[in-house]
Amino acid sequence: MTAATPTGTPATEQRPTLEANGLAVEFTTRSGAVARALDDVDVSVRPGEILALVGESGSGKTTLARTLIGLERPAAGEVRWDGAGLDYSARGLKELRRRVQMVLQDASSSLNPRHTVYDSVAEGLRLHRLVDRDPEGRSEAELVARALASAGLRPPESLFLRYPHELSGGQRQRVLIAGALALQPELLIADEPVSSLDASIRGEILALLLKLREEMGLGVLVVTHDLGLAWNIADRIAVMYLGRVVESGRTEDVLAAPQHPYTQALLSVVPEIEQLEPVVLTGEIPDPTRIPGGCRFHPRCPALADGSAEAAGVAAACAGSPLPVLPAETVGHQVACHLVAARQDG
Amino acid sequence: MTTPATTSPAPLLSMRGVSLTYRAHDRDVPAVRTVDLDVARGEIVGLAGESGCGKSTLASTILRLQPTSAQVSGEVLVDGADVLTMRWGDLRTLRWGEASIVFQGALHSLNPVHRIGRQIGEAITTHEPEVSDDDVRRRVGDLLEQVGLPRQRAQAYPHQLSGGQKQRIMIAMALACNPSLIVADEPTTALDVMVQAQVLDLLSGLVHDLGVGMLIISHDLSVLADLCDRIVVMYAGRVVESGPADRVFEQPLHPYSGALSAAFPKVGDPAARFAPAGLPGDPPDPAALPPGCAFAPRCPRAVDACSLEVPVLADHGDGRSVACWRVGEP
Repeated sequence: MTAATPTGTPATEQRPTLEANGLAVEFTTRSGAVARALDDVDVSVRPGEILALVGESGSGKTTLARTLIGLERPAAGEVRWDGAGLDYSARGLKELRRRVQMVLQDASSSLNPRHTVYDSVAEGLRLHRLVDRDPEGRSEAELVARALASAGLRPPESLFLRYPHELSGGQRQRVLIAGALALQPELLIADEPVSSLDASIRGEILALLLKLREEMGLGVLVVTHDLGLAWNIADRIAVMYLGRVVESGRTEDVLAAPQHPYTQALLSVVPEIEQLEPVVLTGEIPDPTRIPGGCRFHPRCPALADGSAEAAGVAAACAGSPLPVLPAETVGHQVACHLVAARQDG
Repeated sequence: MTTPATTSPAPLLSMRGVSLTYRAHDRDVPAVRTVDLDVARGEIVGLAGESGCGKSTLASTILRLQPTSAQVSGEVLVDGADVLTMRWGDLRTLRWGEASIVFQGALHSLNPVHRIGRQIGEAITTHEPEVSDDDVRRRVGDLLEQVGLPRQRAQAYPHQLSGGQKQRIMIAMALACNPSLIVADEPTTALDVMVQAQVLDLLSGLVHDLGVGMLIISHDLSVLADLCDRIVVMYAGRVVESGPADRVFEQPLHPYSGALSAAFPKVGDPAARFAPAGLPGDPPDPAALPPGCAFAPRCPRAVDACSLEVPVLADHGDGRSVACWRVGEP
């Protein structure tokens, strides 16, 4: 296990646990049209780093998470773990799925209602034969107890024989996290880990993710549409729109001074932000079989609609010129937007 | 935001001393305990609290939808008529006609094999069988436009709609019989931020344009603060705080409202960076409530005296009330 990094300072000198370059994923619809769910995405997560992938439904954030753990094969580009390309053989994927664990949105439907807490947590240990391989020769019960305790369920033995329906929503989410931790993963991928939880439990689960990073150096890729969550726990943030990263950087930079009109709009509709005039975008993310030319956000872009892009002389570029792909390998603040580029040059 | 009429006629919805006890496994489970709540015409009231606090149970009594085994006491007046004691025929007129509910997870209650238009039309024909087919079609089209969808959407099947569009359909159905009161249970919980903002805009626009009263149930105090005129916070079946929405969210008096308010951080607030605010513990089992203040075991401000007697909901001035022994103490 790698050493923990102090809060807020991603160790840039460390090699990323996970990186992806030029990732594209395509789905063919029934009518034969090709949907590009991911269209040239670069992303990386270092040991002990928390990265938030943010966007609306249909932005491709969940497809990206699935591709990173080998559930989708990219049409182009490459996923690398510890510098080595992803091994898509059955054995390679099995090993990968120990090293990276997914925690899903709905804890109630992710747990088998007929399995006790003990069996739910032990299942992964059995599947990967981790009890036989434990360097310290610990028993299965010891490993399960340790995982439950790490997930904040104490005393762990008292929960061994409980069923999911006997637990509160927060406890169920902790049991899911314990099941992931039992396999001693290097990275956790959490897809909307708190969106179905009560407000009071939300902070507790987020605090747990921070604690795991501090104590075990666990990297976390969190997929969410919740900017408050990103502000609470993420070191870096990557904002996705229609299969592409449109803005990325340190959370403080991106959320305190968002540059992309899309990020600005997302931030303005977070209910508690009073000082921003809400920019409610009309419609929804377009169908990925018909990605607009030029900047893919231009049909909904408020800066193009209100004439500020025209005034800066970039309106034609917005509708016609493609934008560069944002590289993953930096902690600087980056934006893929013609208007922002024009303002920086001017 | 519209303000209720200056002279105060009877409010649209007036709940007085409402209690509801479920009977489960041979024990009594008091889910709602002596709750008072008013909604005026043109007013949006938010009902906040975590799972199991009794907020959905309370809402179910507005249309007498609680299970028959539940014991209810108190008064639920809609336009002056007591829902709990009214005759079946009157209740039928009340449901949909005077008051309608958008249930939590209602997105999944659309019938997948029927077109949207038919499902909205059904709400109209059930209550007004004399309306001609042409009129139903026209009204369905009007309703769709009212919720921001094109009229032609009546031809669509549910699977052709996104989550936000389905939520708009549910709202259109709730409006079908021109109710004066709309109850929405977690109307935006499963939606994205941008779609949530669209739906919230739609709801506040409807209240403004139609002058209906609205009760919105949510565990997200930040959403309620944005949308509502007043917020009522429930814990373990009781109201623990009520008052003007922005005051309850920004300067909560009850420690529980404080915890709900802090759960959604202000983006950009340095104090919330790497410091998510949670509330340890779980809400109490309603069948085995702790003595005194039910929140005391989880309360950061609790003292021994809190566990002796139940705090009453007391007036705190400026339209605010709170049930806490520690209010005003250092």
